[in-house]
Amino acid sequence: MSEKPEHFIVDGKRLDGRRVDELRPIKIEIGTLGRADGSCYLEWGNNKVLAAVYGPRELHPRHRQKMTRSVVQFRYNMASFSVDERTRPGPSRRSIEISKVSREAFEPVIFTKFFPRTAIDVFVEILQAGAGTRTAGINAASLALADAGIPMRGLVSACAVGKVDGEIVLDLMKEEDNYGEADLPVAMTAGRQITLLQMDGHLTTEEFYRALELAKTGCDQIYELQRQALIEKYSKEYTTEIEEEGPAPAGEPEGDADE
Amino acid sequence: MSDDVMTEIQRDHLFNLILKGEREDGRAFDEFREISIETDVIGTADGSARVKLGTTELLVGVKIQPGEPFPDTPDKGVLITNTELVPLASPDYEAGPPREGAIEIARVVDRGIRESKSLDLEKLCITAGEKVWIIFIDIHVLNNDGNILDAASMGSIAALLTAKLPRAQYDMGDDIPLPVRDIPVAVTVIEFGGALLLDPSLAEGVIASTSLITITNNDGSISGMQKSGSESLTVEQVMQAVDMAKNAAAGIREKFLEV
Repeated sequence: MSEKPEHFIVDGKRLDGRRVDELRPIKIEIGTLGRADGSCYLEWGNNKVLAAVYGPRELHPRHRQKMTRSVVQFRYNMASFSVDERTRPGPSRRSIEISKVSREAFEPVIFTKFFPRTAIDVFVEILQAGAGTRTAGINAASLALADAGIPMRGLVSACAVGKVDGEIVLDLMKEEDNYGEADLPVAMTAGRQITLLQMDGHLTTEEFYRALELAKTGCDQIYELQRQALIEKYSKEYTTEIEEEGPAPAGEPEGDADE
Repeated sequence: MSDDVMTEIQRDHLFNLILKGEREDGRAFDEFREISIETDVIGTADGSARVKLGTTELLVGVKIQPGEPFPDTPDKGVLITNTELVPLASPDYEAGPPREGAIEIARVVDRGIRESKSLDLEKLCITAGEKVWIIFIDIHVLNNDGNILDAASMGSIAALLTAKLPRAQYDMGDDIPLPVRDIPVAVTVIEFGGALLLDPSLAEGVIASTSLITITNNDGSISGMQKSGSESLTVEQVMQAVDMAKNAAAGIREKFLEV
Protein backbone atom coordinates (compact mmCIF):
# COMPACT_ATOMS: atom_id res chain seq x y z
CA MET A 1 0.00 0.00 0.00
CA SER A 2 1.29 3.46 -0.86
CA GLU A 3 2.31 5.85 1.89
CA LYS A 4 -0.06 8.47 3.21
CA PRO A 5 0.54 11.67 1.25
CA GLU A 6 1.26 14.79 3.29
CA HIS A 7 -1.38 16.83 1.51
CA PHE A 8 -4.30 15.68 -0.60
CA ILE A 9 -5.11 19.11 -2.00
CA VAL A 10 -2.49 21.61 -3.17
CA ASP A 11 -3.55 24.90 -4.77
CA GLY A 12 -7.08 23.57 -5.20
CA LYS A 13 -5.81 20.54 -7.12
CA ARG A 14 -5.97 16.94 -5.92
CA LEU A 15 -3.23 14.31 -6.27
CA ASP A 16 -4.41 13.40 -9.77
CA GLY A 17 -4.94 17.02 -10.76
CA ARG A 18 -8.72 17.08 -10.32
CA ARG A 19 -10.72 19.85 -8.69
CA VAL A 20 -12.60 18.94 -5.49
CA ASP A 21 -15.88 18.60 -7.40
CA GLU A 22 -14.55 16.73 -10.42
CA LEU A 23 -15.14 13.08 -11.34
CA ARG A 24 -12.46 10.72 -12.61
CA PRO A 25 -12.80 9.88 -16.31
CA ILE A 26 -15.52 7.35 -17.10
CA LYS A 27 -15.75 5.05 -20.11
CA ILE A 28 -18.89 3.03 -20.79
CA GLU A 29 -19.62 0.20 -23.21
CA ILE A 30 -23.06 -1.35 -23.29
CA GLY A 31 -23.86 -4.86 -24.50
CA THR A 32 -20.35 -6.28 -24.36
CA LEU A 33 -21.31 -9.84 -23.39
CA GLY A 34 -23.07 -12.12 -25.83
CA ARG A 35 -24.76 -14.62 -23.53
CA ALA A 36 -26.20 -12.18 -21.00
CA ASP A 37 -29.57 -10.53 -21.55
CA GLY A 38 -27.94 -7.23 -20.77
CA SER A 39 -24.40 -6.18 -19.99
CA CYS A 40 -22.12 -3.23 -19.49
CA TYR A 41 -18.39 -2.71 -19.18
CA LEU A 42 -17.37 0.38 -17.27
CA GLU A 43 -14.05 2.00 -16.52
CA TRP A 44 -13.87 4.70 -13.91
CA GLY A 45 -10.46 6.01 -12.96
CA ASN A 46 -8.54 2.81 -12.27
CA ASN A 47 -11.68 0.72 -11.81
CA LYS A 48 -12.62 -1.83 -14.44
CA VAL A 49 -15.94 -3.50 -13.83
CA LEU A 50 -18.29 -5.69 -15.78
CA ALA A 51 -22.00 -6.11 -15.11
CA ALA A 52 -24.36 -8.69 -16.58
CA VAL A 53 -28.09 -9.18 -16.18
CA TYR A 54 -29.98 -12.42 -16.72
CA GLY A 55 -33.73 -12.57 -16.57
CA PRO A 56 -36.48 -12.30 -15.72
CA ARG A 57 -36.00 -16.06 -15.55
CA GLU A 58 -37.26 -18.90 -13.44
CA LEU A 59 -36.07 -18.77 -9.85
CA HIS A 60 -34.66 -21.85 -8.18
CA PRO A 61 -35.13 -23.22 -5.61
CA ARG A 62 -38.86 -22.85 -6.12
CA HIS A 63 -39.68 -22.02 -2.50
CA ARG A 64 -37.82 -18.75 -2.94
CA GLN A 65 -40.21 -17.62 -5.64
CA LYS A 66 -42.56 -14.76 -4.78
CA MET A 67 -46.14 -15.01 -6.00
CA THR A 68 -46.52 -11.27 -6.42
CA ARG A 69 -43.18 -10.13 -7.75
CA SER A 70 -39.80 -10.94 -9.19
CA VAL A 71 -36.88 -11.49 -6.84
CA VAL A 72 -33.88 -9.30 -7.55
CA GLN A 73 -30.56 -11.00 -6.87
CA PHE A 74 -27.30 -9.09 -6.91
CA ARG A 75 -23.85 -10.58 -6.69
CA TYR A 76 -20.87 -8.29 -6.28
CA ASN A 77 -17.70 -10.25 -6.76
CA MET A 78 -14.06 -9.24 -6.82
CA ALA A 79 -11.64 -11.07 -9.06
CA SER A 80 -8.81 -12.38 -6.91
CA PHE A 81 -6.31 -10.38 -9.00
CA SER A 82 -8.28 -7.12 -8.83
CA VAL A 83 -6.38 -5.76 -5.83
CA ASP A 84 -2.71 -5.43 -4.91
CA GLU A 85 -2.70 -8.35 -2.50
CA ARG A 86 -4.57 -11.33 -3.97
CA THR A 87 -7.98 -11.83 -2.36
CA ARG A 88 -9.39 -15.27 -1.74
CA PRO A 89 -11.97 -16.09 -4.39
CA GLY A 90 -15.59 -16.36 -3.32
CA PRO A 91 -17.83 -14.28 -1.10
CA SER A 92 -16.39 -12.37 1.84
CA ARG A 93 -18.32 -10.58 4.58
CA ARG A 94 -17.58 -7.34 2.78
CA SER A 95 -18.85 -8.57 -0.58
CA ILE A 96 -21.98 -10.04 1.00
CA GLU A 97 -22.80 -6.67 2.56
CA ILE A 98 -22.08 -4.80 -0.68
CA SER A 99 -24.26 -7.26 -2.62
CA LYS A 100 -27.10 -6.62 -0.17
CA VAL A 101 -27.01 -2.83 -0.26
CA SER A 102 -26.49 -2.83 -4.04
CA ARG A 103 -29.52 -5.06 -4.52
CA GLU A 104 -31.47 -2.66 -2.33
CA ALA A 105 -30.27 0.19 -4.53
CA PHE A 106 -32.19 -1.36 -7.44
CA GLU A 107 -35.26 -2.85 -5.76
CA PRO A 108 -36.97 0.56 -5.51
CA VAL A 109 -36.66 1.21 -9.26
CA ILE A 110 -37.32 -2.17 -10.87
CA PHE A 111 -40.96 -2.98 -11.66
CA THR A 112 -40.71 -6.37 -9.96
CA LYS A 113 -44.49 -6.81 -9.89
CA PHE A 114 -44.49 -7.33 -13.68
CA PHE A 115 -42.68 -10.65 -13.35
CA PRO A 116 -44.08 -12.78 -10.52
CA ARG A 117 -42.20 -15.96 -9.62
CA THR A 118 -39.09 -14.99 -11.54
CA ALA A 119 -35.60 -13.90 -10.68
CA ILE A 120 -33.73 -10.94 -12.08
CA ASP A 121 -30.05 -11.71 -11.62
CA VAL A 122 -27.45 -8.98 -11.62
CA PHE A 123 -23.81 -10.01 -11.58
CA VAL A 124 -21.03 -7.52 -11.07
CA GLU A 125 -17.42 -8.55 -11.45
CA ILE A 126 -14.70 -6.21 -10.27
CA LEU A 127 -11.79 -6.88 -12.61
CA GLN A 128 -9.57 -4.07 -11.38
CA ALA A 129 -10.25 -2.17 -8.19
CA GLY A 130 -9.24 1.44 -7.71
CA ALA A 131 -11.53 2.94 -5.05
CA GLY A 132 -15.27 3.19 -5.43
CA THR A 133 -15.93 -0.29 -6.81
CA ARG A 134 -19.44 -0.55 -5.38
CA THR A 135 -20.54 2.68 -7.03
CA ALA A 136 -18.85 1.66 -10.30
CA GLY A 137 -20.65 -1.69 -10.09
CA ILE A 138 -24.00 0.02 -9.52
CA ASN A 139 -23.53 2.37 -12.47
CA ALA A 140 -22.63 -0.55 -14.73
CA ALA A 141 -25.49 -2.69 -13.36
CA SER A 142 -27.96 0.12 -14.00
CA LEU A 143 -27.03 0.12 -17.68
CA ALA A 144 -26.94 -3.67 -17.92
CA LEU A 145 -30.51 -3.72 -16.54
CA ALA A 146 -31.57 -1.17 -19.13
CA ASP A 147 -29.76 -3.16 -21.82
CA ALA A 148 -31.65 -6.27 -20.74
CA GLY A 149 -34.90 -4.38 -21.19
CA ILE A 150 -35.91 -4.67 -17.54
CA PRO A 151 -38.63 -2.08 -16.91
CA MET A 152 -37.42 0.48 -14.41
CA ARG A 153 -38.68 3.75 -12.96
CA GLY A 154 -35.36 5.26 -13.91
CA LEU A 155 -31.64 4.72 -14.01
CA VAL A 156 -29.69 4.53 -10.78
CA SER A 157 -26.53 6.61 -10.65
CA ALA A 158 -23.95 6.30 -7.91
CA CYS A 159 -20.83 8.05 -6.72
CA ALA A 160 -18.90 8.51 -3.52
CA VAL A 161 -18.14 11.71 -1.70
CA GLY A 162 -15.47 11.96 0.95
CA LYS A 163 -13.42 14.24 3.10
CA VAL A 164 -9.70 14.84 2.75
CA ASP A 165 -7.61 17.65 4.27
CA GLY A 166 -10.84 18.77 5.94
CA GLU A 167 -12.51 19.40 2.57
CA ILE A 168 -15.49 17.64 1.06
CA VAL A 169 -14.46 16.12 -2.28
CA LEU A 170 -16.24 14.21 -5.03
CA ASP A 171 -15.29 10.71 -6.22
CA LEU A 172 -12.46 9.48 -4.02
CA MET A 173 -9.37 8.00 -5.62
CA LYS A 174 -7.39 5.28 -3.93
CA GLU A 175 -5.17 7.38 -1.65
CA GLU A 176 -8.12 9.52 -0.62
CA ASP A 177 -10.15 6.41 0.12
CA ASN A 178 -7.37 4.77 2.15
CA TYR A 179 -6.27 7.77 4.18
CA GLY A 180 -9.19 10.18 3.95
CA GLU A 181 -11.39 11.20 6.85
CA ALA A 182 -14.71 9.97 5.49
CA ASP A 183 -16.25 7.99 2.66
CA LEU A 184 -19.91 8.33 1.68
CA PRO A 185 -21.14 6.22 -1.24
CA VAL A 186 -24.55 7.34 -2.51
CA ALA A 187 -26.86 6.05 -5.24
CA MET A 188 -29.92 7.90 -6.44
CA THR A 189 -32.32 8.24 -9.31
CA ALA A 190 -32.57 11.34 -11.47
CA GLY A 191 -35.70 12.09 -9.39
CA ARG A 192 -33.51 12.37 -6.27
CA GLN A 193 -34.73 9.21 -4.62
CA ILE A 194 -31.81 7.93 -2.58
CA THR A 195 -31.50 4.17 -3.01
CA LEU A 196 -28.12 3.58 -1.41
CA LEU A 197 -26.41 5.49 1.33
CA GLN A 198 -23.51 4.37 3.45
CA MET A 199 -20.95 6.30 5.40
CA ASP A 200 -17.87 5.65 7.40
CA GLY A 201 -15.37 8.04 8.87
CA HIS A 202 -16.01 11.30 10.61
CA LEU A 203 -18.34 14.07 9.50
CA THR A 204 -20.25 16.75 11.36
CA THR A 205 -23.91 16.91 10.40
CA GLU A 206 -23.23 20.14 8.54
CA GLU A 207 -20.46 18.43 6.56
CA PHE A 208 -22.79 15.52 5.88
CA TYR A 209 -25.40 17.81 4.36
CA ARG A 210 -22.76 19.42 2.15
CA ALA A 211 -21.47 16.00 1.16
CA LEU A 212 -24.96 14.92 0.16
CA GLU A 213 -25.30 18.05 -1.99
CA LEU A 214 -22.02 17.27 -3.73
CA ALA A 215 -23.11 13.68 -4.26
CA LYS A 216 -26.19 14.99 -6.07
CA THR A 217 -24.05 16.91 -8.56
CA GLY A 218 -21.85 13.85 -9.06
CA CYS A 219 -24.82 11.57 -9.66
CA ASP A 220 -26.28 14.11 -12.10
CA GLN A 221 -23.10 14.02 -14.17
CA ILE A 222 -23.02 10.23 -14.11
CA TYR A 223 -26.68 10.03 -15.07
CA GLU A 224 -25.93 12.17 -18.12
CA LEU A 225 -23.05 9.86 -19.14
CA GLN A 226 -25.26 6.80 -18.68
CA ARG A 227 -28.02 8.37 -20.76
CA GLN A 228 -25.58 9.29 -23.52
CA ALA A 229 -24.16 5.76 -23.57
CA LEU A 230 -27.65 4.29 -23.98
CA ILE A 231 -28.59 6.76 -26.70
CA GLU A 232 -25.35 6.07 -28.53
CA LYS A 233 -25.86 2.32 -28.47
CA TYR A 234 -29.53 2.23 -29.30
CA SER A 235 -29.73 5.08 -31.76
CA LYS A 236 -27.20 3.20 -33.88
CA GLU A 237 -28.79 -0.21 -33.55
CA TYR A 238 -32.40 0.82 -33.38
CA THR A 239 -33.20 0.88 -37.07
CA THR A 240 -31.22 -2.21 -38.08
CA GLU A 241 -31.80 -4.55 -35.20
CA ILE A 242 -35.24 -3.78 -33.91
CA GLU A 243 -36.89 -6.46 -36.08
CA GLU A 244 -34.59 -9.23 -34.89
CA GLU A 245 -34.50 -8.17 -31.26
CA GLY A 246 -38.16 -7.53 -30.62
CA PRO A 247 -39.24 -7.09 -27.02
CA ALA A 248 -37.06 -8.47 -24.24
CA PRO A 249 -37.51 -12.23 -23.86
CA ALA A 250 -39.94 -13.09 -21.08
CA GLY A 251 -37.46 -15.45 -19.49
CA GLU A 252 -35.03 -18.08 -20.60
CA PRO A 253 -36.35 -21.42 -19.44
CA GLU A 254 -33.53 -22.79 -17.42
CA GLY A 255 -33.23 -26.23 -15.90
CA ASP A 256 -36.95 -26.76 -16.32
CA ALA A 257 -36.77 -30.50 -16.87
CA ASP A 258 -38.94 -30.95 -13.78
CA GLU A 259 -41.93 -29.30 -15.41
CA MET B 1 -48.30 -17.02 0.58
CA SER B 2 -50.26 -16.86 3.84
CA ASP B 3 -47.39 -14.86 5.26
CA ASP B 4 -47.74 -12.41 2.41
CA VAL B 5 -51.46 -12.04 3.12
CA MET B 6 -50.89 -11.54 6.84
CA THR B 7 -48.27 -8.96 6.05
CA GLU B 8 -50.67 -7.08 3.80
CA ILE B 9 -53.36 -7.00 6.50
CA GLN B 10 -50.90 -5.92 9.15
CA ARG B 11 -49.42 -3.33 6.85
CA ASP B 12 -52.84 -1.75 6.35
CA HIS B 13 -53.46 -1.79 10.08
CA LEU B 14 -50.15 -0.15 10.95
CA PHE B 15 -50.51 2.30 8.10
CA ASN B 16 -53.93 3.43 9.34
CA LEU B 17 -52.50 3.92 12.81
CA ILE B 18 -49.61 6.00 11.43
CA LEU B 19 -52.09 8.25 9.63
CA LYS B 20 -53.66 8.95 13.02
CA GLY B 21 -50.21 9.60 14.48
CA GLU B 22 -50.27 6.39 16.49
CA ARG B 23 -48.27 3.20 16.86
CA GLU B 24 -49.44 -0.28 17.75
CA ASP B 25 -47.95 -0.16 21.24
CA GLY B 26 -48.97 3.44 21.96
CA ARG B 27 -45.51 4.94 21.65
CA ALA B 28 -44.75 8.30 20.07
CA PHE B 29 -42.91 8.16 16.72
CA ASP B 30 -39.64 9.20 18.37
CA GLU B 31 -40.03 7.12 21.50
CA PHE B 32 -37.90 4.10 22.37
CA ARG B 33 -39.23 1.10 24.22
CA GLU B 34 -37.87 0.70 27.73
CA ILE B 35 -34.11 0.24 27.67
CA SER B 36 -32.18 -1.72 30.22
CA ILE B 37 -28.45 -2.35 30.07
CA GLU B 38 -26.75 -4.58 32.58
CA THR B 39 -22.99 -5.03 32.41
CA ASP B 40 -20.54 -7.66 33.66
CA VAL B 41 -23.04 -10.44 33.34
CA ILE B 42 -20.72 -13.14 31.98
CA GLY B 43 -17.77 -14.11 34.16
CA THR B 44 -15.85 -15.86 31.40
CA ALA B 45 -15.92 -12.82 29.10
CA ASP B 46 -13.52 -9.88 29.46
CA GLY B 47 -16.47 -7.52 29.12
CA SER B 48 -20.15 -8.15 28.68
CA ALA B 49 -23.56 -6.54 28.55
CA ARG B 50 -27.13 -7.72 28.48
CA VAL B 51 -29.45 -5.33 26.68
CA LYS B 52 -33.22 -5.31 26.80
CA LEU B 53 -35.08 -3.09 24.42
CA GLY B 54 -38.67 -3.72 25.31
CA THR B 55 -38.86 -7.48 24.78
CA THR B 56 -35.89 -7.60 22.42
CA GLU B 57 -33.00 -9.09 24.28
CA LEU B 58 -29.37 -9.79 23.50
CA LEU B 59 -26.01 -10.41 25.07
CA VAL B 60 -22.73 -8.95 23.97
CA GLY B 61 -19.52 -10.60 25.06
CA VAL B 62 -16.08 -9.14 24.56
CA LYS B 63 -13.13 -11.49 24.53
CA ILE B 64 -9.59 -10.18 24.31
CA GLN B 65 -6.52 -12.21 23.48
CA PRO B 66 -3.05 -11.62 22.04
CA GLY B 67 -2.54 -12.55 18.41
CA GLU B 68 -0.92 -11.57 15.16
CA PRO B 69 -1.70 -8.16 13.61
CA PHE B 70 -2.88 -7.78 10.04
CA PRO B 71 0.12 -7.35 7.71
CA ASP B 72 -1.04 -3.91 6.55
CA THR B 73 -1.49 -2.58 10.10
CA PRO B 74 1.41 -4.18 12.02
CA ASP B 75 1.23 -1.69 14.90
CA LYS B 76 -2.51 -1.76 15.55
CA GLY B 77 -4.78 -3.97 17.55
CA VAL B 78 -7.48 -5.89 15.75
CA LEU B 79 -11.24 -5.50 16.16
CA ILE B 80 -13.51 -8.31 15.05
CA THR B 81 -17.28 -8.05 15.37
CA ASN B 82 -19.66 -10.92 14.83
CA THR B 83 -23.40 -11.40 15.17
CA GLU B 84 -25.07 -14.71 15.93
CA LEU B 85 -28.75 -14.89 15.09
CA VAL B 86 -29.27 -18.20 16.86
CA PRO B 87 -32.48 -20.18 16.25
CA LEU B 88 -33.39 -19.76 19.92
CA ALA B 89 -34.09 -16.07 19.29
CA SER B 90 -36.77 -16.28 16.64
CA PRO B 91 -38.84 -18.82 14.70
CA ASP B 92 -37.43 -17.20 11.56
CA TYR B 93 -33.80 -17.97 12.37
CA GLU B 94 -32.05 -21.11 11.27
CA ALA B 95 -28.77 -22.61 12.33
CA GLY B 96 -25.86 -22.25 9.95
CA PRO B 97 -23.32 -19.73 8.79
CA PRO B 98 -24.31 -16.06 9.15
CA ARG B 99 -26.53 -14.70 6.37
CA GLU B 100 -26.43 -11.21 4.97
CA GLY B 101 -28.69 -9.78 7.69
CA ALA B 102 -26.40 -10.91 10.50
CA ILE B 103 -23.32 -9.82 8.57
CA GLU B 104 -24.82 -6.38 7.99
CA ILE B 105 -25.60 -5.88 11.70
CA ALA B 106 -22.09 -6.89 12.70
CA ARG B 107 -20.45 -4.73 10.06
CA VAL B 108 -22.50 -1.63 10.84
CA VAL B 109 -21.85 -1.94 14.59
CA ASP B 110 -18.17 -2.54 13.84
CA ARG B 111 -18.06 0.51 11.56
CA GLY B 112 -19.39 2.78 14.30
CA ILE B 113 -16.81 1.66 16.83
CA ARG B 114 -13.95 1.59 14.35
CA GLU B 115 -14.64 4.88 12.58
CA SER B 116 -15.38 6.85 15.74
CA LYS B 117 -11.87 5.78 16.83
CA SER B 118 -13.53 4.93 20.11
CA LEU B 119 -10.95 2.21 20.63
CA ASP B 120 -7.39 3.42 20.34
CA LEU B 121 -6.12 0.49 18.30
CA GLU B 122 -2.55 1.83 18.38
CA LYS B 123 -2.53 1.43 22.16
CA LEU B 124 -3.45 -2.22 21.67
CA CYS B 125 -0.13 -3.05 20.05
CA ILE B 126 2.12 -5.29 22.14
CA THR B 127 5.09 -5.88 19.79
CA ALA B 128 4.79 -4.21 16.39
CA GLY B 129 4.45 -6.72 13.57
CA GLU B 130 4.28 -9.66 15.96
CA LYS B 131 1.78 -9.41 18.72
CA VAL B 132 -1.23 -7.19 19.30
CA TRP B 133 -4.44 -7.41 21.31
CA ILE B 134 -7.34 -8.83 19.36
CA ILE B 135 -10.74 -7.63 20.52
CA PHE B 136 -13.65 -9.90 19.66
CA ILE B 137 -17.13 -8.44 20.02
CA ASP B 138 -19.72 -11.20 19.81
CA ILE B 139 -23.36 -10.18 19.61
CA HIS B 140 -25.60 -13.01 20.68
CA VAL B 141 -29.28 -12.35 20.07
CA LEU B 142 -31.60 -14.04 22.56
CA ASN B 143 -35.01 -12.70 21.60
CA ASN B 144 -35.68 -10.85 18.40
CA ASP B 145 -38.63 -8.56 18.89
CA GLY B 146 -37.37 -5.88 16.54
CA ASN B 147 -34.51 -3.39 16.26
CA ILE B 148 -31.65 -5.73 17.05
CA LEU B 149 -29.18 -3.33 15.51
CA ASP B 150 -29.68 -0.53 18.03
CA ALA B 151 -29.60 -3.00 20.90
CA ALA B 152 -26.42 -4.54 19.49
CA SER B 153 -24.78 -1.15 19.22
CA MET B 154 -25.66 -0.19 22.81
CA GLY B 155 -24.58 -3.59 24.07
CA SER B 156 -21.27 -3.51 22.22
CA ILE B 157 -20.17 -0.15 23.55
CA ALA B 158 -21.45 -0.98 27.05
CA ALA B 159 -19.45 -4.22 27.02
CA LEU B 160 -16.34 -2.41 25.79
CA LEU B 161 -16.70 0.23 28.51
CA THR B 162 -16.52 -2.48 31.18
CA ALA B 163 -13.96 -4.69 29.45
CA LYS B 164 -10.52 -5.24 30.91
CA LEU B 165 -7.33 -6.12 29.07
CA PRO B 166 -6.48 -9.53 30.55
CA ARG B 167 -2.79 -8.79 30.93
CA ALA B 168 -2.28 -10.86 34.07
CA GLN B 169 -3.34 -14.00 32.28
CA TYR B 170 -0.48 -13.53 29.79
CA ASP B 171 2.15 -12.30 32.30
CA MET B 172 2.04 -8.75 31.01
CA GLY B 173 1.21 -6.95 34.25
CA ASP B 174 -2.07 -6.05 35.84
CA ASP B 175 -5.39 -6.06 34.08
CA ILE B 176 -6.36 -2.56 32.96
CA PRO B 177 -9.58 -1.14 31.53
CA LEU B 178 -9.81 -1.07 27.77
CA PRO B 179 -9.07 2.47 26.51
CA VAL B 180 -12.45 3.70 25.22
CA ARG B 181 -12.42 7.31 24.02
CA ASP B 182 -15.85 7.82 22.51
CA ILE B 183 -19.34 6.39 22.82
CA PRO B 184 -20.76 5.84 19.33
CA VAL B 185 -24.46 4.96 19.36
CA ALA B 186 -26.33 3.60 16.34
CA VAL B 187 -29.95 4.60 15.95
CA THR B 188 -32.25 3.11 13.34
CA VAL B 189 -34.96 5.27 11.80
CA ILE B 190 -37.57 3.48 9.72
CA GLU B 191 -39.62 5.08 7.00
CA PHE B 192 -43.21 3.95 6.79
CA GLY B 193 -46.10 5.63 5.08
CA GLY B 194 -44.11 8.86 4.86
CA ALA B 195 -43.53 8.91 8.62
CA LEU B 196 -40.20 8.35 10.33
CA LEU B 197 -40.17 6.17 13.44
CA LEU B 198 -37.56 5.22 16.01
CA ASP B 199 -36.99 1.82 17.57
CA PRO B 200 -39.17 -0.30 15.26
CA SER B 201 -41.04 -3.20 16.81
CA LEU B 202 -40.76 -6.53 15.03
CA ALA B 203 -43.89 -5.90 12.94
CA GLU B 204 -42.87 -2.34 12.11
CA GLY B 205 -39.41 -3.46 11.09
CA VAL B 206 -40.73 -6.22 8.82
CA ILE B 207 -43.33 -4.03 7.18
CA ALA B 208 -41.45 -0.77 6.83
CA SER B 209 -38.70 -2.49 4.83
CA THR B 210 -36.51 0.62 4.68
CA SER B 211 -34.41 2.17 7.39
CA LEU B 212 -31.56 4.58 7.80
CA ILE B 213 -29.04 3.80 10.50
CA THR B 214 -26.94 6.71 11.76
CA ILE B 215 -24.12 6.30 14.25
CA THR B 216 -23.26 9.45 16.15
CA ASN B 217 -20.46 10.22 18.59
CA ASN B 218 -20.20 12.19 21.83
CA ASP B 219 -19.75 15.50 19.97
CA GLY B 220 -22.72 14.85 17.67
CA SER B 221 -20.55 14.04 14.65
CA ILE B 222 -21.37 11.05 12.47
CA SER B 223 -19.09 8.04 12.23
CA GLY B 224 -21.22 5.69 10.18
CA MET B 225 -24.43 5.40 8.20
CA GLN B 226 -26.29 2.73 6.33
CA LYS B 227 -29.49 2.77 4.35
CA SER B 228 -30.96 -0.68 4.58
CA GLY B 229 -34.02 -2.02 2.83
CA SER B 230 -35.76 -2.15 -0.47
CA GLU B 231 -37.31 1.30 -0.80
CA SER B 232 -35.75 4.67 -1.45
CA LEU B 233 -35.54 7.76 0.74
CA THR B 234 -35.75 11.41 -0.18
CA VAL B 235 -33.01 13.84 0.74
CA GLU B 236 -35.36 15.52 3.23
CA GLN B 237 -36.14 12.19 4.89
CA VAL B 238 -32.43 11.44 5.20
CA MET B 239 -31.75 14.79 6.83
CA GLN B 240 -34.66 14.43 9.24
CA ALA B 241 -33.64 10.87 10.10
CA VAL B 242 -30.09 11.99 10.87
CA ASP B 243 -31.44 14.62 13.29
CA MET B 244 -33.74 12.14 14.99
CA ALA B 245 -30.94 9.61 15.35
CA LYS B 246 -28.55 12.19 16.73
CA ASN B 247 -31.00 13.36 19.40
CA ALA B 248 -31.97 9.85 20.39
CA ALA B 249 -28.33 8.77 20.61
CA ALA B 250 -27.52 11.70 22.90
CA GLY B 251 -30.37 10.67 25.22
CA ILE B 252 -29.32 7.02 25.29
CA ARG B 253 -25.69 7.92 25.89
CA GLU B 254 -26.51 10.25 28.75
CA LYS B 255 -28.89 7.88 30.46
CA PHE B 256 -27.26 4.52 30.00
CA LEU B 257 -23.73 4.70 28.76
CA GLU B 258 -21.89 7.54 30.47
CA VAL B 259 -19.24 6.14 32.76
